[in-house]
Amino acid sequence: MTINGTNKALSEQIALSELLCQEGFQAGKVAVELNGEVVPKTAYGTTLISESDKLEVVSFVGGG
Amino acid sequence: MREDKLVLGGQEFNSRFILGSGKYNVELIQAAVEQAGAEIITLAVRRANSGGEGNILDYLPEGITLLPNTSGARNAEEAVRIARLSRELGCGDFVKVEVMRDFKYLLPDNQETVKATDLLVKEGFVVLPYMYPDLNTARDLQRAGAAAVMPLAAPIGSNKGLATKEFIQILIDEIDLPIIVDAGIGRPSQACEVMEMGAAAVMANTGIATAGDIPTMASAFCKAIEAGREAYLSGLGRVRRAGGEPSSPLTGFLRDEGEKGCL
Repeated sequence: MTINGTNKALSEQIALSELLCQEGFQAGKVAVELNGEVVPKTAYGTTLISESDKLEVVSFVGGG
Repeated sequence: MREDKLVLGGQEFNSRFILGSGKYNVELIQAAVEQAGAEIITLAVRRANSGGEGNILDYLPEGITLLPNTSGARNAEEAVRIARLSRELGCGDFVKVEVMRDFKYLLPDNQETVKATDLLVKEGFVVLPYMYPDLNTARDLQRAGAAAVMPLAAPIGSNKGLATKEFIQILIDEIDLPIIVDAGIGRPSQACEVMEMGAAAVMANTGIATAGDIPTMASAFCKAIEAGREAYLSGLGRVRRAGGEPSSPLTGFLRDEGEKGCL
């Protein structure tokens, strides 16, 4: 799978909440797009990520 | 003076200074926001770093309205994606639509901006589109349901001031939406001038971020914007096309009625 442009090997499906935790993201401070669609925060526990998925994990930064 | 509020998407604001948060240390943001008296601050959305340290939200004063931008979007579709993600970050429905495909001058793509505005309004966003000051585009944005129009004064980050002054004036005169002048305003005097012209608010970032003393410059902008607004509401004094007009009576002492011309 791909997370923020970096490839990552997945041996089996994993819940999004668990993957975020493993990767060191704080779920409360990020938003996630899975294959181009926003995943609501309430669905992080039930959304399963598999080998072919593409994830974008974003947060706010300074900007004008 | 009567109560003077800026209304955006049904929400009332006392401050007419929208502060950017780019290009400076997050630790200075609180002081800058306070000195600016700002009630709205812009942010950008980017790929998150794992760890989440130094998250900008931890440095913002409570109660401030966040205006995420869609910077980085090259077309309407990307702007919509960024807006949806920013809403999912849980800080409200405001979005500053910014679409550009020119990376030298950073000029907005008006056509794609209208398209993105239309889509996002339908999804319930309060949309403030950044645009090149063009009357037809501004009318299209109004029809699409924009909450305000944000014409540029000069290229983003240039601090060049009111390069598009005449065209901004046309928008102020013709468009029945708040006109918020964004980009290029580098000095308090320029912010004041555009407020005197009747702009509803000013958005500034680089003018403050590249100043010697950031919080003090934020304060200077705040005063200039307030002064310009008061001047606009007061109605500016008229300009005489030629010649002067005494502010003090000239007759009645040393001179008699009817004495004119030069000596």
